[in-house]
Amino acid sequence: MNNPLYLSGLEVVRIESQSNFINIGERTNVAGSIQFKRAIQEKNYGRAIAIAREQVESGSVILDINMDDALIDGIEAMRIFLNLLAAEPDISRVPLMIDSSKWEIIEAGLQCAQGKCIVNSISLKDGETLFIERAKLTRKYGAAVVVMAFDEHGQADTYEKRISICERAYNVLTQKVNFPPENIIFDPNIFPIGTGLEEHKRYAIDFFAATEWIKANLPHAKVSGGVSNVSFSFRGNNVVREAMHASFLYHGVKAGMDMGIVNTSQLAVYDEVDKELMQKVEDVIFNRNEQATEALLEIAQAYSAPKNKIETVAAWRSEPLAKRLSHALVHGVTDFIEVDVLEALNHYPSPLAIIEGPLMDGMNIVGDYFGSGKMFLPQVVKSARVMKAAVAVLEPRILEEKARFPSQQVAKKKIVLATVKGDVHDIGKNIVSIVLACNGYDIVDLGVMVPNEVIIETAIREKADAIGLSGLITPSLEVMCDLAEDLSRRKLYFPLLIGGATTSRVHTAVKIVPRTHIPVIHVNDASKVVPAVRSLFNPTESEGYLQGIKMEYEKVRSHYETHQREKRRIPLEAARKNTFIPKQAFTPVRPKQLGVRKIKFSVAEVAQYIDWTPFFQAWQLAGKFPNLLTDEVVGEQATLLYQDALKCLSAWTKEDYHTEGIFGLFPAMRKQADDIQVFSKELSPCNEDVCFLTLRQQTEKAKGAVNYGLADFISSEEMDYIGCFAVTTGNWAEEIAKQHQTDQDDFQAILSKAIADRLAEATAELLHEKVRKEFWGYASNEDLTNSELIAESYTGIRPAPGYPACPDHEEKRTIWKLLAVEKEIGITLTESLAMYPSASVSGYFFGHPESMYFGLGKIEMDQVADYAERRGVSLETAKKLLSPLLF
Amino acid sequence: MGIQDEISKHLLLLDGAMGTQIQLLHLTEEDYRGDRFMDHPTSLKGNNDLLCLTRPSYIARIHQNYLESGANIIETNTFNAQRISLEDYGLADIAYELNLAAAKIAVSTRNEFQQNQPKAAPAYVAGAIGPTSKTCSLSPDVERPEFRAVTYNTLKEAYREQIEGLLDGGVDALLVETIFDTLNAKAAFHAILDVLEDRNLSAITKENPHGDIAIMASGTITDLAGRTLSGQTAAAFAVSLEHVPLFSLGFNCALGAEQLLPQVLALKSFTNAHLSAYPNAGMPNAMGTYDESPETFRDKIEPFLKHPELRIIGGCCGTSPAHIQSLFTLINETIPNE
Repeated sequence: MNNPLYLSGLEVVRIESQSNFINIGERTNVAGSIQFKRAIQEKNYGRAIAIAREQVESGSVILDINMDDALIDGIEAMRIFLNLLAAEPDISRVPLMIDSSKWEIIEAGLQCAQGKCIVNSISLKDGETLFIERAKLTRKYGAAVVVMAFDEHGQADTYEKRISICERAYNVLTQKVNFPPENIIFDPNIFPIGTGLEEHKRYAIDFFAATEWIKANLPHAKVSGGVSNVSFSFRGNNVVREAMHASFLYHGVKAGMDMGIVNTSQLAVYDEVDKELMQKVEDVIFNRNEQATEALLEIAQAYSAPKNKIETVAAWRSEPLAKRLSHALVHGVTDFIEVDVLEALNHYPSPLAIIEGPLMDGMNIVGDYFGSGKMFLPQVVKSARVMKAAVAVLEPRILEEKARFPSQQVAKKKIVLATVKGDVHDIGKNIVSIVLACNGYDIVDLGVMVPNEVIIETAIREKADAIGLSGLITPSLEVMCDLAEDLSRRKLYFPLLIGGATTSRVHTAVKIVPRTHIPVIHVNDASKVVPAVRSLFNPTESEGYLQGIKMEYEKVRSHYETHQREKRRIPLEAARKNTFIPKQAFTPVRPKQLGVRKIKFSVAEVAQYIDWTPFFQAWQLAGKFPNLLTDEVVGEQATLLYQDALKCLSAWTKEDYHTEGIFGLFPAMRKQADDIQVFSKELSPCNEDVCFLTLRQQTEKAKGAVNYGLADFISSEEMDYIGCFAVTTGNWAEEIAKQHQTDQDDFQAILSKAIADRLAEATAELLHEKVRKEFWGYASNEDLTNSELIAESYTGIRPAPGYPACPDHEEKRTIWKLLAVEKEIGITLTESLAMYPSASVSGYFFGHPESMYFGLGKIEMDQVADYAERRGVSLETAKKLLSPLLF
Repeated sequence: MGIQDEISKHLLLLDGAMGTQIQLLHLTEEDYRGDRFMDHPTSLKGNNDLLCLTRPSYIARIHQNYLESGANIIETNTFNAQRISLEDYGLADIAYELNLAAAKIAVSTRNEFQQNQPKAAPAYVAGAIGPTSKTCSLSPDVERPEFRAVTYNTLKEAYREQIEGLLDGGVDALLVETIFDTLNAKAAFHAILDVLEDRNLSAITKENPHGDIAIMASGTITDLAGRTLSGQTAAAFAVSLEHVPLFSLGFNCALGAEQLLPQVLALKSFTNAHLSAYPNAGMPNAMGTYDESPETFRDKIEPFLKHPELRIIGGCCGTSPAHIQSLFTLINETIPNE
């Protein structure tokens, strides 16, 4: 019976022969993870801690910590990192393996760990005296020890050398140091195999044999090793490497290996490795024939580039049909789906059975993986593309069957989805549509700018089980309220799902719910929609779920009301008195070129100005660009998506697409309190002077804080200047997305829309820079990088109507008139004042050095009345226009 | 007679609190200063360990009271007597001297007592080694979690000095107690192992009953979830000290007796050492004192006696010679001498 080895962090780990193989996480080792190394080099310890956490969460029982790198102060890094780990109980519950070739670093580590660690490693390399000295110290620090099979003559690379060195070390430790044998862990050296060199061919076999010998002859001692080494010569080919690790571990554990340093989150399961590959891998591991390495190298190429579908075909094409279908769905491969579905027609009783059987099974896996964070949105969309392709093959046959056996239809829950009237944004809605379809719901997607009557009529006609509404601009909120009220009035029961960038739980609870008897559920992103509808449609859950939502929303509402009541607002007159006073005297700069101009930029030129972070947000990949490309969780998917995006951009560049826009720079002065009089008569196609109406904050401010209005940034005493603009990626982008949709390729459709949106923003950014540096010229010396631009480090602002500083969408009409936007570059405004093409941006330019963005917040009725008079509309109309701003 | 032989015959009774007994004396600043520290620049009141130099007879009296109550192990008055804690009073440099004096007081009191009471069971002196005023596993600054107020090496050196003083004063055992940060304790044991090696002394354990010094460890569980302040479970605490040739391992202080027992028993599977437990006299009340009477305390300790692996019991904060006396009676009533 072998004595167990006990280790501890905040909790105990017991290692004995009968226990499972112990995974030691290797990614907190600068040699085991480039990301970890970079984090430590950059002293980004937060990142380093996150990697440690991820290792523990993915099943590491022990963490191997190594700071050996020429550019790192190992002692300091070890100390800081371990001290930080001590403050993370969910990580420091596991024991640590303090790993270094420098004894000083190991000691620094041991001095920072309260638990029982493992020292990795000591050896007879520098003679017995030093070996004994370090073993004694290890013991005094209360650690177990890894002994490398290494002596004065070098590292053991044969079976004989391995066992003789280990035996000698064992005897020294147990007899001269009194080291408890169960605390001795031998590392009999895992070396790379498949290198092509004759002397490397027996490395694995000898390791296994030495392990067996150690377990049989050195009582209680344990065996470990750095597993990734074995596949070193197959760097860059993860499929082959993982297969080698799986096999090596399988046979190592059989030989008696107790633990190993591995990348826990990247372990293939032995039985799941492709049989042919495993055979070739094991030929190399066991040196079964002279050509083993050549044969593995040959087959390795087929596994080398997982993105190259043709070559990976062999791996899964030989699987049974159901598995192939599921593989295609999970991995988003469309290439063979038609062939496979046609084959399935011979094996399943009906086309519907194929959809409901293997295809839905595959989509369920996708849904589960997405729900549990194992798959990300871009992958899900690709899966949906495969599903659509499969359904497209089956659809004609299903219709035939339906005609013959009309009763065979299976009732799936049906949801009508639409972007509401006046709104043109549909990326989010399309994603929700795909995710729901993936999860077995029947979706009727009505597209964008759908009038409420059409939505309701469709829901009635289709016998829908729920309606989903989406909107990006604030006027859409009012439209949603109207629809909810309409349903209530007509006594129709369709639960409402509310989503889209402008919607919120608070708005839903405060503004929509009180106007209807229909259940209303706010779903803030695509990953939340499935659990929501599942609960909604589950007969046993539904009632409790809706009751819960209702109570939650009541709480939100009362909280909001209290909060708003507490948030005191002051009369408009008082707010106007508490206005912005520049810290420094400022003389307005006259633009170099007054008047209106059109601009046109190539996609390549604009692409450099893209702020990518929101692009990834659209795909629900959280994080800041470019860091998220290397993020532990979403990094891989983000990188793939980024590559797809760059591919798309380069195609558009080749096609020589352009973005375009129009802008004007005009003399202007502040008039009364909040109006900006624009002197545009001679400078603008509309031939008359216009006025921009701004709104002013009315929240009661702390002493010294100001009630801002955008007009503050225009002088009321001398001639000042203002600009405005509208830019668009162009109709061509709209057409491309439509074409993809027609081709059933949702992935490309969403991708191109998301990129088009970014291009429009980037066009505005580029134009703004040119305005500052050239056309207006107040900042001709400015020299900023793209990230500084994104951080808005420049002088002046470009607020957009409909956004926090100027939430009034009506202002777009003024800009459209002033610049003749529709006539000149073809951007139209919908009834809710959304721009079409949707990848468009409009706004003002302010040049005041102290101008800044702010949020308007809620306003009072006195300002609404004042606004109605200035705008020349009735109070009722003004209320409607400004409704999102009213309490 | 060696302590291992003694413990194999009967349960050993550890003494009670020192601090509580000193409090009862209502000492003044002058008492603490004595003649020697009359002109010391900072206030010394409350530095109880210092009384070993300035009022040695008071400390001897307390030891004697505990011996008379039946204690088999008395602790030196040195809980805070290493340079890290003493530095708070500007007295870092008297650390060795203080420990030497404290050990000598306890040893001579014990010797005297045994001369006068030849029939009483042998009694042993344990050098008390507290956790110091700084901790090696936790940052005192929430803004800087990587920061430590003390390093392992500083702790180890401070402990070494204390241990040298205690050993030179003739203690039979070294008791590292009230461990709330295992890393601090590891530094203390590292120092003990170094000193033992340098002096060629061996530790008394079950396997080595006639060694030179008994090394004892006692941790503190500070929360009801059963964790030390530095976050370890009782088992992890034991495993972290697995390398120390311990005579006894257990818990003291913090929670009351009922909460302490299961934690002590949880150590059983992870150590070869005898188990020890010396709880507080209940939890401190609003005034910072302890209410549990000797009788209540005895009743709460009674269940401990059902566990034969628990070989050392005693009292921590709030316990008095009367408490120890009541335990003595309890032990003799319950378990006849083997």
